[in-house]
Amino acid sequence: MKEMTTDTLVIGGGAAGMAAAVECAERGCRTILVEREEYIGGVLNQCIHNGFGLHVFKEELTGPEYAQLFKSQIRQKGVETRSDLFVVKVDAKRREVVTMGKNGCAIYRPQALIMTTGARERPFNSLRIPGTRPAGIYTAGVAQRFVNLHNRLPGERAFVLGSGDIGLIMARRLTLEGMTVLGVAELMPHPGGLARNISQCLHDFNIPLYLSTSVVEVHGRERLEGITLAKFDPVTLQRLPGTEETVACDTLILSVGLLPQNELIESFVETDPVNRGVKVDSFMRTTHPWVFAAGNNVGVYDLVDFVTLDGKIAGQSAAKMVHDGFLPEKRVPLARTENISTLIPSLCCLEGNPFTIYFRSKKTMKKARISIGPGLFETIRMGIKPSEMVDIPFTVKHMEKLKQLGLSKIEVSLKEVL
Amino acid sequence: MENRTLTCISCPLGCDLEAEVVGDTVTVTGNRCDKGVAYAKAEILNPQRVVTSNILVEGGICPLVSVKTSAPIPKGLIGNMIQELKNMKIRAPIRIGQILIRNLLGTGIDVIATREVETCPAGE
Repeated sequence: MKEMTTDTLVIGGGAAGMAAAVECAERGCRTILVEREEYIGGVLNQCIHNGFGLHVFKEELTGPEYAQLFKSQIRQKGVETRSDLFVVKVDAKRREVVTMGKNGCAIYRPQALIMTTGARERPFNSLRIPGTRPAGIYTAGVAQRFVNLHNRLPGERAFVLGSGDIGLIMARRLTLEGMTVLGVAELMPHPGGLARNISQCLHDFNIPLYLSTSVVEVHGRERLEGITLAKFDPVTLQRLPGTEETVACDTLILSVGLLPQNELIESFVETDPVNRGVKVDSFMRTTHPWVFAAGNNVGVYDLVDFVTLDGKIAGQSAAKMVHDGFLPEKRVPLARTENISTLIPSLCCLEGNPFTIYFRSKKTMKKARISIGPGLFETIRMGIKPSEMVDIPFTVKHMEKLKQLGLSKIEVSLKEVL
Repeated sequence: MENRTLTCISCPLGCDLEAEVVGDTVTVTGNRCDKGVAYAKAEILNPQRVVTSNILVEGGICPLVSVKTSAPIPKGLIGNMIQELKNMKIRAPIRIGQILIRNLLGTGIDVIATREVETCPAGE
């Protein structure tokens, strides 16, 4: 069996992995980037719509354009890309990564490992919708791949369940490609995706959005023939009897959330139950000393820009660990208060660089006060929505104050200002 | 006078805009940057979109090349543009940024490739 050592090994060639690999290589580390697909780029390759890069590049790019900027850097900086390669196992004790590819098995022994394995779409069977199991039910990402990479349309008349961004984007995309998109149903009383996507993907094409509505049954033997919709109580989320309505369609597109993917490492690193991803500190280091993580396997981000920035930090930290042999250990945990759901990172490194706190609100607020501390700093933000992640810079100045105050945890608090 | 509520699509923040329209004059509030004012004016007086789609590829490593308009085009032309793209085929190799349609439907705006498509090696 082929065996090799390397400074850093990055698993997953999406936005986070490409950014991390470039940073490692730039700092003189021998860097190998492993990708299970034929090409690196991840989901950006199929996201042909625009809207990427406003934070990182200050311009609006499409997914393939955004990916291309990193692909070029990967080539320039000498990252060794191994595509069509599947990671079978990460052995924490022996510090080994076992891969399987066209040329058989191989063992990699990296000094630092960066996990950028992203998220998967929540599958249909996890929704427990009664009825038959016909063809014609696709997750939005699969439909997107069919249409944008393989030139295949999934059907003729589609209904979209879930108002996540990919679902909204696909409602528009399928309409442009000639399908009839009958509507988008969302169980919650508020949309899941960004407001701009409700506007430019649904309103522009007169596609109705049904809030507090979900699919309660699917019909059809070989191929999907229709779905039954029902209304749900906005507060209790209980189904309201007598509100059922059947819609004829041959395609059901699901955009019902993403699940961070960590099966390679979850047996030996801690995960955060709310983020559903790996716990990381502000170095993007997991609870296992030589393993770093960034991107949607840490928590589901809204914007690829944020993923890129955290990928860069993971790469910089891994390179620092390779060069110095260690990273400072002193850390203070970040703690949620009642209105916070997703919160990244889980720990702040006292001897570390400035970083960004990302969180998601549980509620919609017109105006909110964000307090970090107690006693570190406060800021006011307008228009807080559960669908839009909030990014708060944690600067060198804040770090100094944190050390002065000697806090044992950093509370992230979000309160509505009336 | 007319009042309109809009969601700014200039960036992912998606500001809720209030626009007051008097003839050709639009006064905007609720925006967090200048883009919001420009967007609201354009959206009310002449709505435009950057459109992204695909064009068929011949002799490439993949069947499609992703494309976008080099600038926003009037919303009313989106359907015609998609039809035009469907009637085309482009030979690989294609470079990112390459102009694939010049002066789309007389708008003065081009359709450009947003990805690279290498030629497929012979025999594959």
